[in-house]
Amino acid sequence: MRERLAAFQPLLALIIMVAVLSVASETFRTSENGANVLRQISVNLCLSTGMTLVVLSGGIDLSVGSVLALSGAITAGLIRRPLEVPAAGVALEFTVWGAVVAGISAGLLMGLFNGLAVTRFALPPFVATLGTLSIARGLTYLWTGGASTTGLGTAFGWMGTGTWLRLPVPVWISVGVAMLFWLVSRRTRFGRYVYAIGGNERAAVLSGLRVQRVKAWVYVIAGGLAGLAGLLVTARADAADPNAGTGYELDSIAAVVIGGTSLSGGKGSVVGTILGCLIIGVLNNGLVMLQVSPFWQQVFKGVVILVAVAIDRAGGKQD
Amino acid sequence: MTEPADVLTARGIFKSFPGVRALGGVDISVRAGRLNALLGENGAGKSTLMNILSGVYQPDRGELFWQGRRIRFCNPREAQAAGIAIIHQELNLIPGLTVTENVFLGREPITRWGTIDLRRMIADTETLLHQLRLEINPAVPVGRLPVGSQQLVEIAKALSSHSRVLIMDEPTSALSEQEIRSLFRLIKQLKSDGVGLIYITHKLDELSEIADDVTILRDGTLVASVEWGRASTDDLVRWMVGRDLSELYPKTECATGDEVLAVERMTLANSSLPGSHYFQDVSFSVCRGEVVGLFGLMGAGRTELLQTIFGLHPRASSGKVRVNGVEVAISSPPDAIQAGIALAPEDRKAEGLVMPMDVGENTVLARGNRDGAFGWIARNAEQRLAQQMCDRLKIKTPSLSQLVSNLSGGNQQKVVLAKWLATAPRILMLDEPTRGIDINAKKEIYSLIDELVHQGIGVLMVSSELPEILALSDRILVLAGGRIAGEFVRGEASEEDILAAAFQRR
Repeated sequence: MRERLAAFQPLLALIIMVAVLSVASETFRTSENGANVLRQISVNLCLSTGMTLVVLSGGIDLSVGSVLALSGAITAGLIRRPLEVPAAGVALEFTVWGAVVAGISAGLLMGLFNGLAVTRFALPPFVATLGTLSIARGLTYLWTGGASTTGLGTAFGWMGTGTWLRLPVPVWISVGVAMLFWLVSRRTRFGRYVYAIGGNERAAVLSGLRVQRVKAWVYVIAGGLAGLAGLLVTARADAADPNAGTGYELDSIAAVVIGGTSLSGGKGSVVGTILGCLIIGVLNNGLVMLQVSPFWQQVFKGVVILVAVAIDRAGGKQD
Repeated sequence: MTEPADVLTARGIFKSFPGVRALGGVDISVRAGRLNALLGENGAGKSTLMNILSGVYQPDRGELFWQGRRIRFCNPREAQAAGIAIIHQELNLIPGLTVTENVFLGREPITRWGTIDLRRMIADTETLLHQLRLEINPAVPVGRLPVGSQQLVEIAKALSSHSRVLIMDEPTSALSEQEIRSLFRLIKQLKSDGVGLIYITHKLDELSEIADDVTILRDGTLVASVEWGRASTDDLVRWMVGRDLSELYPKTECATGDEVLAVERMTLANSSLPGSHYFQDVSFSVCRGEVVGLFGLMGAGRTELLQTIFGLHPRASSGKVRVNGVEVAISSPPDAIQAGIALAPEDRKAEGLVMPMDVGENTVLARGNRDGAFGWIARNAEQRLAQQMCDRLKIKTPSLSQLVSNLSGGNQQKVVLAKWLATAPRILMLDEPTRGIDINAKKEIYSLIDELVHQGIGVLMVSSELPEILALSDRILVLAGGRIAGEFVRGEASEEDILAAAFQRR
């Protein structure tokens, strides 16, 4: 019961914000603007879904912003030019789909790297993923030579700019991903074990759960979703910027926390994170509509994070 | 000679926690220069009483008097300021700081420039250590001292704030013989300086040297408070246990069957001390329908033995395990569960339960690993099973979706057992199954153990409570010095025999 109540808080906050902004701004309440907000949050939602699983398991992933850039750059690079393999003396031509798969695979690999660092080498997640943050960014610069890759074609661009059934394609993708992992987290053993590990890792080990394997998978998923988010960013801009995604890990952690997931693990939900992303998105959009300086947006976002966590703490104390 | 005055007196102390009445009207007094030994079984209310005397808890009812005047402590700081110091079982020192820094932690003297007056701090610590005749270098980080010396530093720290009453909770449990000697020397000196002491222990034999009075608690009430020497050891034990054993322990005859678990030459290396072992070449077996009790002093390696059988130390251990006569390779808990072995660990909060999860989720947690990591959960079947387990174990919870953190200790322990019974084990290993739960829950858990052996499960039970071990076990193994130091069949052993084996007295 308490958990349902806790999930209710971000929803209530969102409803109040939407109601207030709808009254205050005529442009805010248009359906175009609604679709716009959804498109703006789709990248963060994709990242935050993976982040939620990591945080639920008791970890954190600081590398998602860099992995996003790496995946985008790899896909964009492979669309633009064949991959030369000097050792074999061949050049591999990639289709758009092949390039997409390669980009997401890069994300999965970086996630696996995180997962192994945390499980096999027992590094604290904060440190392991901080390392990967730098490694992935460096690899992105090496792959691109530091320059943006542009001119990626309409087929790929559709992923970021197209619409389907009146909603932007990235919204369909990110909402689909979020719903999928909400189901995974609530209805599968894997999801149950993620909660159990975050709630009490020692008890999970002693209950015979394959804790290391589950934890490694969580980072692989987060990496893959960061890769997918990278494709969304790249497709939308029709360019892979090697500096893309800088600082996105913080927005993603913010969405997870505002959505009521506990940073100590074991408590929270993907649904909460969807609400967290919406709250950040509506806040940013609404402040623009009200012509508040963008500098203030940062301040407001920070305040919302602090208030959300303070409410969460106050609720937790009653246990 | 005049009668020494009471320094601290507690009268009619009541204290309840959700679901448990910890204290029901307890009196205790501490007199200057005397040591009052506080005895009682686990769960008798000793630590609750200590926490009330030191200001950690406030009593629901009852009064405290400090040198004859009524007093209230709202927090530990106030009790400390009045002159009460408590030394917990776990040491509260910061390993990276020096002896001096630890002694003055939180009340460092200040120079007139606002910086810490290091010179005075060091000088005062040296004086203090000298007064206590402790040969400890005040400039050494505490973490580098042996445990015994750390304990002495803790006492020095307590006394540095001019405490008149010192409360010690099982101070000798981690100490070597020699360290105990220097602790006792210090205690005698404190007594002659007029400090009053309360001393909690489970070891009756060490008391004759230091105790002046003895106070006994049972189930949260005061049973006896007499001068040491007025009561025999038999009296003390009877007061502590205090009830008809057959009533509490519903042990019924159960025919034992074939061997269900056999452990052969099991050894576990102690990685923190190369070359040493927690236990070495330990062999024993458990039969169907049999309860085997495993007794040993703290640090004898009992918990480690259960953990090793359960596959938690695959790298450091060697030895064979047979289940139903077939050798099984166990290198992880999933292997052990697969083989039909269950382990209900000692600390239910830290190791047994996932607190943010509900009763139902905890109950089925150990079951489903066989179907691979991504299995879809069959909710109805899961709920049915969890409900069955709750009914069978009489778990008192409003619903399966109640968080386990909201249950009482006894019901939490039953959820741990339910989790393991849901895996349909052949062997159930119990590590201190009744620690810190009230008497009724204990009784229910004893009945459950009895019921399980009748269904053909073999039980291997570790317990520090001798009466429990004696009453429930068909066979008792004593672990001491890393080996099985004694084996007793039901009815053959007395507490003295078992303790003698545990202490390796010849």
